[in-house]
Amino acid sequence: MKTSRRPRNWRLPLHDSHATTGSVTTMEHEAHNPALVHQFSEVQQQKNAASLGMWLFLATEIMFFGGMFCAYLIYRINYFNAFAAGSQQLNVWMGGINTAVLIVSSVTVVLAVKAAEAGKRQLLVGYLVVTILLGLTFLVIKGFEYKEKFEKHHVPGATFHFTEKFDDNGKQIPVNAKQAELFFSLYFVMTGMHALHMIIGCGLFTGLAILAWKGHYTSSYFTPIENGGLYWHLVDIIWIYLFPLLYLISRHS
Amino acid sequence: MASTAIPVNQAPTPKLNYLNNGHSLKSWLLTTDHKRIALLYLISVSAFFFLGGFFAMLIRLELLTPEGDLLQADTYNKVFTMHGIVMVFFFLIPVVPAILGNFLVPLMIGAKDLAFPRINLLSWYLYVGAGILFLHCMLNGGVDTGWTFYTPYSTSSNTNVVEAGLAIFIAGFSSIFTGLNFIVTIHRMRAPGLTWDRLPLFIWSNYATSVVMILGTPVIAITMVLVVAERLLHLGIFDPALGGDPVLFQHLFWFYSHPAVYIMILPSMGVISELVACFSRKRVFGYKFVAMSSVAIAVFGFLVWAHHLFVAGISLYAAMVFSFLSFVVGVPSAVKVFNWTATLYKGSVSFATPMLYAFGFIGLFTIGGLTGLILATIGIDVHVTDTYFVVAHFHYVMVGGVLMGYLGGLHFWWPKISGRMYPEGWAKLSALFVFVGFNLTFFPQFILGYVGMPRRYWQYPPEFQVLNVLSTAGASVLAVGYLLPMIYLLWSLRYGPIAEANPWGAAGLEWQTSSPPPTFNFDETPVVTWEAYNYEDIPAPKELEAPVAR
Amino acid sequence: MSKYLPLWPDQASTMAGQVDALYIYLLLVSGIMTALIFIGVAVLAIKYRRVPGREAHPIEGSLILEIGWTVIPFFVMLTFFVWGAVLFFEERTPPVNATEVYVVAKQWMWKIEHMEGQREINELHVPTGENVKLIMTSQDVIHSFFIPAFRIKQDVLPGRYTTLWFKATKPGTYHLFCAEYCGTNHSGMGGDIVVMEPQDYAQWMAGGPALPLQDTGRALFAQLGCATCHRSDAQGRGPSLVGVYNNQVQLEDGRTVTADENYVRESILDPSAKIVNGFKPVMPAFQGIVSDEQLNALVAYVKSLSEPPTGTAGLQDQPAPSPAQPQKAQVQ
Repeated sequence: MKTSRRPRNWRLPLHDSHATTGSVTTMEHEAHNPALVHQFSEVQQQKNAASLGMWLFLATEIMFFGGMFCAYLIYRINYFNAFAAGSQQLNVWMGGINTAVLIVSSVTVVLAVKAAEAGKRQLLVGYLVVTILLGLTFLVIKGFEYKEKFEKHHVPGATFHFTEKFDDNGKQIPVNAKQAELFFSLYFVMTGMHALHMIIGCGLFTGLAILAWKGHYTSSYFTPIENGGLYWHLVDIIWIYLFPLLYLISRHS
Repeated sequence: MASTAIPVNQAPTPKLNYLNNGHSLKSWLLTTDHKRIALLYLISVSAFFFLGGFFAMLIRLELLTPEGDLLQADTYNKVFTMHGIVMVFFFLIPVVPAILGNFLVPLMIGAKDLAFPRINLLSWYLYVGAGILFLHCMLNGGVDTGWTFYTPYSTSSNTNVVEAGLAIFIAGFSSIFTGLNFIVTIHRMRAPGLTWDRLPLFIWSNYATSVVMILGTPVIAITMVLVVAERLLHLGIFDPALGGDPVLFQHLFWFYSHPAVYIMILPSMGVISELVACFSRKRVFGYKFVAMSSVAIAVFGFLVWAHHLFVAGISLYAAMVFSFLSFVVGVPSAVKVFNWTATLYKGSVSFATPMLYAFGFIGLFTIGGLTGLILATIGIDVHVTDTYFVVAHFHYVMVGGVLMGYLGGLHFWWPKISGRMYPEGWAKLSALFVFVGFNLTFFPQFILGYVGMPRRYWQYPPEFQVLNVLSTAGASVLAVGYLLPMIYLLWSLRYGPIAEANPWGAAGLEWQTSSPPPTFNFDETPVVTWEAYNYEDIPAPKELEAPVAR
Repeated sequence: MSKYLPLWPDQASTMAGQVDALYIYLLLVSGIMTALIFIGVAVLAIKYRRVPGREAHPIEGSLILEIGWTVIPFFVMLTFFVWGAVLFFEERTPPVNATEVYVVAKQWMWKIEHMEGQREINELHVPTGENVKLIMTSQDVIHSFFIPAFRIKQDVLPGRYTTLWFKATKPGTYHLFCAEYCGTNHSGMGGDIVVMEPQDYAQWMAGGPALPLQDTGRALFAQLGCATCHRSDAQGRGPSLVGVYNNQVQLEDGRTVTADENYVRESILDPSAKIVNGFKPVMPAFQGIVSDEQLNALVAYVKSLSEPPTGTAGLQDQPAPSPAQPQKAQVQ
């Protein structure tokens, strides 16, 4: 019934055994696309379902990060000076380069999807690999940023020490160290959670690249590439919000 | 219709169905069949229910006397905390969607399975994994913060908050994936001709529930992550000594936990719609309004969370806004109760066990819901919040509501799930025990709350004892009412009369396939050309009660 | 009510009767609604029970009924809401010139300090017929101050003040409960509210030496060096505090805030949070240096600077009176 060429990278069978119900199943009347799984009657239905499922998952990710953004917003309003002082201590160059890296990686993702659509296997793999490399670049730069924070004693906890002031157009305003520590707590939690999603994304794309190289995706079936791309775009968009909120408070000069 | 029962000793060799299609442990633990996954959930969710019930018994036994003489204070605090966590996260949230929903959603819409069967299995493993982590937490000293984890107590308590928080985080993802599966399935996999306005109300309810699940659950996930991070890394997000705000925790926590109660009640309401229609032999009165009310409850449910914070330190004006919205969310629930009642008018009403549970639901949910309105009235809430009044209110809606709906549904679809009928006499007796025991347990608690007994009290002033003793007495009766079904349902698997495809003469696609259904649900994809609840076209069976084996 | 089966709490405050009236109204409406549904279901189920030969009559619905039973319950609910909101507004708005009492909650006891200096643990004496406003904070986790007989409750939070007010009407001893779970001895964190006739209360108040809270505060103000910068002649590095309490303050970032208890408390613990316009941010933070009780005394003192003067209002020239209990500037 099922041939081994069916693209399946998950060894779990989709039904319990090879027993039939005793009568002809509807499925066998369909034009048999090897990618079609048994619960769907048409490939287009399957694609639509996968796509809707992915968008719903992205909605849950937005709600997940939303909780943190909410907490950040409230504290920023109440402790503006301390948050501005903390923000001014972040490395805006590293953050900026990372932003550019992610935007470029989203472009390579789009190009990967286009290559899949065109059935160009090598180009697809190439773009996937470039995306992964850009993602790793992001993580490496992030690592350097974290290291810098550690050296400046800006990591919340026992080693935290903050004496820097909020530079308000030349006026140096001292800030409450506890409130600044809160800024850094939120900074590490938000960028840390984002970085975790980047790591997952890189892992996901590694899997996709390997399967693409093995020829699992054709111009008529590349849904995992599309959905993986959606995930990457979401992680990118979350960073696009994180960057100005965290790094660009009160940066005038 | 043919006679309803075939005695066991004359049954022919059973056809291949989802139960006997593969007997190995692997075929169950690696199944992707939504019906088998529903049974896996039935076993694990029931286990947690009895664990939560055991904790409840300890609470009620301790409260027999005013002094704390059965357990130590710390132990008691852990017991009520774990009763809450187990019942909320490991029982009430999954019980109807993951058991009845998983089993019935594809059948009711004429599909072969859910949209993502392997994600369905993953959901179950996440649930079990979360459960094991929580059991480990309990055996490692447990957690004593209350299931609400208010800070700064939860960030400073020396109990096992991190493990409990992570267990809830993982269980949340089980919930999210179930909801995601349902939404995609209902959108994309309905049988030809099954338009939205022909869907069974159980499907409408599960759809609304699933939307709440996927939008709300991530917020409790991040909230628990923040609490865990605060404990492990000494951050100060919720701790005022470090610049944080403890009330922010409450907002984030209740932003999910209030919609969570709608996750619990909506699917059960869907069950009631099915039961009332079948046992009145007519479509639910005001079908469109009942369907829309599920959507309205889901939407407005997200707008009322701060009614849990009326005395927590929020501003006067915020309190008024949330009070008003809390009344608004009560309206669609009332609409449902009225429509179910109106369905009985000019119906042909019979009193099988599922219908008895439906009646119980309607009565007890009405009381629970009205006491919710009393709590929404802020002038009164100041007095009764954080007392046993609240405890009584939520047990009326959760136990008198969700649990009765679940039991009604479990009995109604038992023949479909197992291929056997349950013993009607025992089932009716259990329903009676449940109803009487429940009211005796929880009605005195309304009085206790208004006279001032606060919640989560290990010891209390002596004048509260009589009411507490009444409550404990009721709990023992209630316990019998829950143990009996476990016994006779298991008994029926082997000795119950064999059920035919549609023993109730019910409308709905699930009844058009065999009991139990084959692995792929239908021999041929049905094509729907009729409205929902077309009882005028379905002849009633001769007996509308579970027959006794002859 | 029976001692063994209390069905209704005592009414011992002005709000109690009002809350009970609303509650009875709600119970009546709920009772009627419940009865209607129970009776409706029972009557319909029996009248239309299944009999052989009679079929069910399919009915789609009725728009009139749907609108009716949506709109009418909603308007009934509006009465609940409005009455409840009016009551809540009154519950949450302490009358001006209410007698103030400071409350500090900690695991697992209530520490109470009257303005006249009397201190109590787990007990609060109040006179009948007088508005009393409690200014409360917690030393550790969230607690909740609950007096069932007065029908009032308010969470007590660490890091800020919350308030609660009442006017007692009936002499007697009533329960005080902690109503927010706070750990091991949450259920033991109770106490007594002792309501006395005014003359008995005055007698109780007079028995025992005590320094008025604002005098304790004045002493601390001098001892901690506050008087050095916050001079009443407005020549100091900090703003004068005379007349500040309950008035508007303009901050250097443009905002205008009201100087309530929370503002005064925050300004002591974390001065850099709100800097007054025209002043430099040089005040040291006293977080961890003053205890909650000392904070209460300082706040009481600052508030006294806005009252019509009963004696000399001078700040730094006033010699520190010998206190009945020596206060040390350290965390207790």
